[in-house]
Amino acid sequence: MGQYAVQRVALMAPTLIGLTLVIFFALRVLIPTDAVDLAYAEPGIPDPERMEHLREEFGLTGSLPMQYLRWLAGVVQGDLGKSVFSGRPVTEELFLRVPTSLQLGLGALLITLVIALPVGLVSAARQDSWIDYLSRGSAIFFYAVPHFWIAILVVVFASVWFSWAPSTQFRALWEDPVANLKHIWLPMLILGLNATGTMIRLTRTQVLEVVKQDYVRTARAKGLSTRVIYTRHILRNSLLPIITVVGLQIPNIVAGTVIFEQIFLVPGVGRYLLQALERLDIYVILGANLFFGFVLVISNLIVDLIYGLVDPRIRLS
Amino acid sequence: MAHEPAASVAPRSRGVYLSPSPWPRRVVGGVVQFARRKPLGFSGLLMLFLVCGAALLAPLLAPYGYADVDFTGRLEGPSRDHLLGTDNLGRDTLSRLLYGSRVSLGISFAAVILSKVSATMVAVVSGYYGGWIDKIVQRFVDIWIGLPTLIILITIISLTGPGIVGLTVIIAITIAPNSSRLVRSVVLQVRSETYIEAARSIGVSDRRIMLRYILPNVAHIVIFSATVSLGAVILSVASLGFLGYGVPPPFPDLGGMLSGDGLTFMRRQPWLALWPGIVITVIVFGFNVFGDALRDVLDPKLRGR
Repeated sequence: MGQYAVQRVALMAPTLIGLTLVIFFALRVLIPTDAVDLAYAEPGIPDPERMEHLREEFGLTGSLPMQYLRWLAGVVQGDLGKSVFSGRPVTEELFLRVPTSLQLGLGALLITLVIALPVGLVSAARQDSWIDYLSRGSAIFFYAVPHFWIAILVVVFASVWFSWAPSTQFRALWEDPVANLKHIWLPMLILGLNATGTMIRLTRTQVLEVVKQDYVRTARAKGLSTRVIYTRHILRNSLLPIITVVGLQIPNIVAGTVIFEQIFLVPGVGRYLLQALERLDIYVILGANLFFGFVLVISNLIVDLIYGLVDPRIRLS
Repeated sequence: MAHEPAASVAPRSRGVYLSPSPWPRRVVGGVVQFARRKPLGFSGLLMLFLVCGAALLAPLLAPYGYADVDFTGRLEGPSRDHLLGTDNLGRDTLSRLLYGSRVSLGISFAAVILSKVSATMVAVVSGYYGGWIDKIVQRFVDIWIGLPTLIILITIISLTGPGIVGLTVIIAITIAPNSSRLVRSVVLQVRSETYIEAARSIGVSDRRIMLRYILPNVAHIVIFSATVSLGAVILSVASLGFLGYGVPPPFPDLGGMLSGDGLTFMRRQPWLALWPGIVITVIVFGFNVFGDALRDVLDPKLRGR
């Protein structure tokens, strides 16, 4: 276990470097223009000297490896560079937006867990009953219906019927909790329900897998009550794969926050990234991608650590 | 099955699905058996046939062209002329849906085939030989799996600009590592089977072992994962189109038809928001229930469940 966790941690740096290298390559090699062109070039009046000066200011001169390493050196010291468009430091701008994105993502994850785990368990326990069919049906429904489409329908029909629209004024949770929750509960719920689909199905499958095991048969043969079998034997043993499933859902939820921030005008990291993409704002794009990569790497690590906590076989090996 | 408890006692003569013998003549019998055992999965298959057929035949079925503009009839509801109404440029929604599914399905199929073929090749070679090749490939896969792929997709596609080929290749690259991991795990199991040892002992070449012994025995997992991937890729393509990074305009794609730019028009003509989503849902639903059923049928461990 210790060794495995160490291995995970050792992979974190190359993972994030690989990620930013791909993005950097796309930004600096695949496309001919850069952020300085977009932000400062005046149409018809080429001013190579000034542009060169600006590029130097933003660290976009010199060989490509040098540019990347210069940025990386900054990152190690906690400096993600400056936005070419606004001139503001990316680190500060990200810190303003990260809590909002985390709130949306974690809220959705919580909703998923609270709904999916009990439903999946009951669905497996009452296999092939009407509860099972109902929950499997709605699970497939929530998976198959694109979450952004539900969001669009809600926005469109709410505006048609109640002339409601997502507020353009977003308040942070600590500034104005009521306004914040009013704004964010809907994207949270839709995103959470979407992930619920996969979670219910996989939880059910995992529980059914455990139900087949010999020790469950033994427990039954001993005459233990169904309740005890489910809580002591089945739930505990299916916890591990369920944690894997939660881990697998996290990338979807993270990607979902990007889309939902756009639909519901939530000023998080995703919206920041999408705005920066239009302006080729290189350090914002790199910084935002680094953040999302970091979230995934950390959540994978947490999943691994929980494995160890839950399963003594992993902890001791 | 649910409604016939006797199924668990019934003899399991379902070897037909695993049989390495020539399959074409067994297809019909297989499909009938599949429809009987997995009615839900079969209904998914039928839906897919309908949608894919309609998409393939779009030029024949569509009453108008996908870019035929008619400024006299904009944002209309369903009518006899336009069965599903028109959009803000007076283009026929039904025609755009048909062509749009064609584009979305085409990209998804191409991307999935490309990724599965390359992933399977890598997985078979690296899984069969093992050693340092395998180690390097697996470290790479480890790194890739820990990344936010959809966000990388969005980033790269928004930078390189829209284009069908670019979209297909980039999606294929993003999903390949996951499936290569899955296929490799099966290759590792198959590699240690006695018949591989037997083949090696009579001097069958490595290439032949990989192509004729291992490949047919991992094919079921490739097919199953392709089906499931198709559902997921359709969703990704739709999400990209929705964010405005899909296929370049006049061309319709399902996600693009829902894109944020059209939101003002959807408020005036809500039908516009409804149709593309329904089609996406049907496709994803079809691939999912079909994929699930396929897994149950193909995987010997899950049989009789």
